[in-house]
Amino acid sequence: MTGPLAALPYATAAWLFLAGVYGMATSRNLVHAVGCLSVTQSSTYVLLLAVGYRRGATAPVFSDVPTSVPVVDPVVQALALTDIVVGATVTALLLALVVQVDKGHGTVDPDELSELKG
Amino acid sequence: MTGRVRRWALAAGLAGTAALMVAAGTGLPRFGGDQHPYGARAVAASLRQQTANTISSVNFDQRALDTLGEESILFGSVLGTVVLLRQTRDEHRVRPRPERVPAALRRYGAGLLPVTLLIGLYIVAHGQLSPGGGFQGGVVIATALHLLYVGADYRALERIRPLGLFELVDGSGEAAYVLLGGAGLLAGSAYLANVLPHGTFNTMASGGTVPLLNAAVGLEVASAVVVLLAHFLDQAIEITDNRKAHR
Amino acid sequence: MADTALVTLTLLFVAAAAGAAVLTRDPARQAVVLSLLGLGLALLFTVLQAPDVGLSQLGVGAAVTPLMILLTVRKVRRRRKRDG
Repeated sequence: MTGPLAALPYATAAWLFLAGVYGMATSRNLVHAVGCLSVTQSSTYVLLLAVGYRRGATAPVFSDVPTSVPVVDPVVQALALTDIVVGATVTALLLALVVQVDKGHGTVDPDELSELKG
Repeated sequence: MTGRVRRWALAAGLAGTAALMVAAGTGLPRFGGDQHPYGARAVAASLRQQTANTISSVNFDQRALDTLGEESILFGSVLGTVVLLRQTRDEHRVRPRPERVPAALRRYGAGLLPVTLLIGLYIVAHGQLSPGGGFQGGVVIATALHLLYVGADYRALERIRPLGLFELVDGSGEAAYVLLGGAGLLAGSAYLANVLPHGTFNTMASGGTVPLLNAAVGLEVASAVVVLLAHFLDQAIEITDNRKAHR
Repeated sequence: MADTALVTLTLLFVAAAAGAAVLTRDPARQAVVLSLLGLGLALLFTVLQAPDVGLSQLGVGAAVTPLMILLTVRKVRRRRKRDG
C-alpha cells in the first residue's frame, strides 16, 4: 500500500475511536453506550495490528512453514488477542451495572438519571 | 449543561482529539514496513523455546506475567458481574415453560454440539502449534454448550450446567496459572519462567509450560463465559421482581 | 496486490459497520450491527495475517458480546412492560 491508501489502516483506527466516543457522548440509553464503548475498544486492535503488519509476510506460526519465512509482528497480536477476551468480560460487568441502575432508578437514560440526582 | 453547550464541547473535543491523532500518525511506522525490532526478537526467542506458534510463546512464556494480570482482570470482572446479577431478596424466579423446538433445529443442535466442543478442545490443546489457545478455545467451548439453548430449551441447558461447579473451575483455572508460575521459583528460576523441558519443535509436547498455562487459561475462560451468560440468561428469563407476584 | 485490495475492502467495511453501530440508537438493533462489525473485524484480522486474533474476535465480537447486550435489553424491557 502506497500513497494515500497507506494511511487508511491508521485512519480507520482513529475513525473507530472517534465514532465510538461520539456515540457514547450522545447516547440516550446506557446499553447503547456500552455497545459504543466496544466500538472504541476495537480501534486499539486495528491500530496494533496495523503497526505490526508486514507486506508479503505470513502469520507468525511456524507449524507449516520453514522458520526462515518472514512473518508479521507477533507481539502486537498477543496484546490484541488477550484484550479481546478480557474486554468482553469487562463489557459484561458494565452491562450488569446497567441492570442494577435500571433496578434502582427505573431508567437507563443518562439524561433522566442526572435529573434524578438533581 | 444545556444540550447546545454540550454538543459544542463534544465537537471541540472530538476535533482536538482528531488533530492530535493526525499529528501522532505521522510518527507511526509505515504500514506494511519491514522493520519490526520487537517482533524479530520475539520470533527468535519463541524458536529458541521450541514453540511453533510465536503468539502463544509471547503470551504464555515471554510475557506470561502480563497474561496473569489480564487473567486476573477477567476473573475480577466475572466476580463483579456475578455479585451484581445475583438474585436479591425482593426477587423471585419464574420457571420458563418448556418450549417446543422444531425437530430440524433439535437435530442440528444435537449434531453440532459435540463437534463444536471437540473443536474448542482441539484449539486449546494445540495452542503451542497452530493458531488458537486457551483464550480462543475457551470461548468456543462455552458457546458450544449454549447450542443446547438453541437446539433444546433453557431447562436442558440448566441441567448440564451445574453453575457452582463452573464457578469453582473458573477459580481453579486462575489458581492453576498462579501455581504453575510458582513451579519456576521451585526450580530455582524466576516466577512464571519456562522451566519444563522445551520438547521437540512442532510436536504436541513442545513449548515447555506453554501448553499447561494454555490449558489453565482455557479452563478459566470457558467457565467464565458460561457463568457470565448463565447470569445474564437468569436475569433476562427467570428472575422477576416480587411486585409482579402480588398483582 | 490482491492483499492490498482485500485489506482496503475489509477496512472500509469495518469503518462503515462501526458508523452504523454507533448511529443505531435502538440497542437491540445495535447488537445485530455490532455482530456484523465483529465479523468484519475477524475478517480484517485474518487478512492482516493474525489468525489467532481473528479467532478470538470471531467468538467474542460476533457472538458473546451481542448476546449479552440482547439479554440486557430483554431484562430492561421486561421491567418496563410491567411498570408501564
